[in-house]
Amino acid sequence: MSNAHSRPKLAVWKFASCDGCQLSLLDCEDELLAVADAIEIANFPEASRAVVAGPYDLSLVEGSITTPHDAERIRDIRAQSKTLVTIGACATAGGIQALRNGADVEAFTRIVYAHPEYIATLSESSPIADHVAVDFELRGCPISKTQLVEVISAFLAGRRPVTPAHSVCVECKLRGTVCVMVAHGTPCLGPATHAGCGAICPAYDRGCYGCFGPMETPNAAALDARWGELGADRARRERVYRTFNAGAPAFRDAAARIAAAEDEKS
Amino acid sequence: MSTRTIKVDYLARVEGEGAMHVTVEDGRVSTCELRIFEPPRFFEAFLRGREYAEAPDITARICGICPIAYQMSAVHAMEDIFGVRVDGPLRALRRLIYCGEWIESHVLHVYMLHAPDFLGYESAIEMARDHPDLVRQGLRLKKIGNDLMTLVGGREIHPINVRVGGFYRLPRRRELETLRADLEWGVQAAEATVRWASGLDFPDFEQDYEFVALRHPHEYPFNEGRLVSSAGLDIPIEAFDAHFEEIHVPHSTSLHARLRARGNYFVGPLARYNLNFDRLSPRVQAAAREAGLAGGCRNPFQSIVVRALEVLHAYEEALAIIDTYVEPDAPVVDYQVRAGTGHGCTEAPRGICYHRYTVGADGLISDAVIVPPTSQNQPTIENDLRHFVERHLEEDDERLQWLCEQAIRNYDPCISCSCHFLDLTVERR
Repeated sequence: MSNAHSRPKLAVWKFASCDGCQLSLLDCEDELLAVADAIEIANFPEASRAVVAGPYDLSLVEGSITTPHDAERIRDIRAQSKTLVTIGACATAGGIQALRNGADVEAFTRIVYAHPEYIATLSESSPIADHVAVDFELRGCPISKTQLVEVISAFLAGRRPVTPAHSVCVECKLRGTVCVMVAHGTPCLGPATHAGCGAICPAYDRGCYGCFGPMETPNAAALDARWGELGADRARRERVYRTFNAGAPAFRDAAARIAAAEDEKS
Repeated sequence: MSTRTIKVDYLARVEGEGAMHVTVEDGRVSTCELRIFEPPRFFEAFLRGREYAEAPDITARICGICPIAYQMSAVHAMEDIFGVRVDGPLRALRRLIYCGEWIESHVLHVYMLHAPDFLGYESAIEMARDHPDLVRQGLRLKKIGNDLMTLVGGREIHPINVRVGGFYRLPRRRELETLRADLEWGVQAAEATVRWASGLDFPDFEQDYEFVALRHPHEYPFNEGRLVSSAGLDIPIEAFDAHFEEIHVPHSTSLHARLRARGNYFVGPLARYNLNFDRLSPRVQAAAREAGLAGGCRNPFQSIVVRALEVLHAYEEALAIIDTYVEPDAPVVDYQVRAGTGHGCTEAPRGICYHRYTVGADGLISDAVIVPPTSQNQPTIENDLRHFVERHLEEDDERLQWLCEQAIRNYDPCISCSCHFLDLTVERR
């Protein structure tokens, strides 16, 4: 075992989330013990009750900011972290929690809770980068564990992680999957969606639903027109952008444009 | 007056954010709270106005550890509305993917979250230094569960292949066959896990619990059955609301569930096991007898043994499903969307997960109610803590705190799930 003093210190932090992205680290069954050998897992409550005090060399942050307390907590974490990487759609785009943005959160609280007065929450779910500087963002709902291992390896090697920003379409071609939209007329968000999952949905005979968020330069307008031709109604076309990456600017704008176009017609 | 506080501000080796706070005044526990500060997550509100077909994908995001539980409860509730039944090989495939989730979730808990308590380590990674073979066995057992999820569901976290009426794509028989050798190894390794776990030291601790679980005429329950309890409850899942209620307490963003007639109850592996022992295979029953639990198990500290027994069950069941799998003609059964209200209740790794939806003729959801397992167990966990602390006041604070954490981890609480939803403080006055 390497010298404990020379190993970089890793911390894993959770905000509003499902735990799935940090679970991805524990799901690296083949790599976990090697990772634990190369880095000191200094603060990872889901895995260990031992807490080593900061500062930390690498912080992985899961989840979005939805409470006043969390908005404070992330600043403190940033101050203790040499490198801060956000993992997953919640941390990078506000996640599914961003469906509250622009909605009546008080009404939401009344739907779920009998005593809304016990609940402290913000009206918006925001990505970590809205609050503090972020060194690298890893996309996905959930993240790909292969990409997570790449991020940790790149960090250890002192290089930039390789996570292509092209669309899911490229991954389908690499995988040899026949295009579900061209061949079967199945509406697919793949052309506008950031690669990383390995194009799972089309390989399972369904259209991509955008869980990795927007690719670097999506042409959502052209894609939306095609969805319309394939028979997807306006509400469905708007909803697909308003799901797990509703707060990502390109998807947020696409949904708004679809809603506005319909208002003009009526 | 003497006061003593035992607390943990951020509970470790549980899923999600919670704390514990116990106050002891003159040798009696005066307050005992499992505080849940995981931010509120509003899923029931988000579901309003979404299409019925989106429910399995959206509700999966409630929990990264048990997404299949949410997907299964959601699709069964929708199928209840549309009056459609999914049978034969499609039904078997649903059980198969659920086997994968039980294995992945239970093995994570047995080896990585709970075992370090019994062996005196802060984490499984620290434990691996002294017990490398044990930890490697756990990692391989867990990985096979994830492989099963990935093959049938597309990926292990938030699988993409489950839909109302069946699946998007059917696995081929030869694809399932690739898992056989691993599953056969898993049956042996799960038996070894039961033997190892049954040899651990358990605090002597039993309460008068009411266990609640599904019960099916022939099977150990996954997706279907009546809701039964150790106090004689026996109802169809549609009657959930008439018998259970959710209440909102100040120290938790998770709602607490109670039986309207009798209050606290207990869901999860112990409940399933005690109410369905006769539905386990001869091999699992034999392993249970060898572990000394054939007469049932009322000690939550021994839940690690029961989880191991359920892992064995899931491995055996997965093998049996693969043996008899015949590829169906279509991945999904036909159904017509119609307006109505439907119920789904399935056995998540941590216990029953109940969903109710109302859908309009346009297929849009107008109302959703989701009751996850941990919010049902939360009052029982608090009650356990109260009694456990009173019996162990002689322990010093550090030791008592660890034991209390362990008492909470007995339930494998999934706090992310329950927020709609932990931190530990024991205060001694």
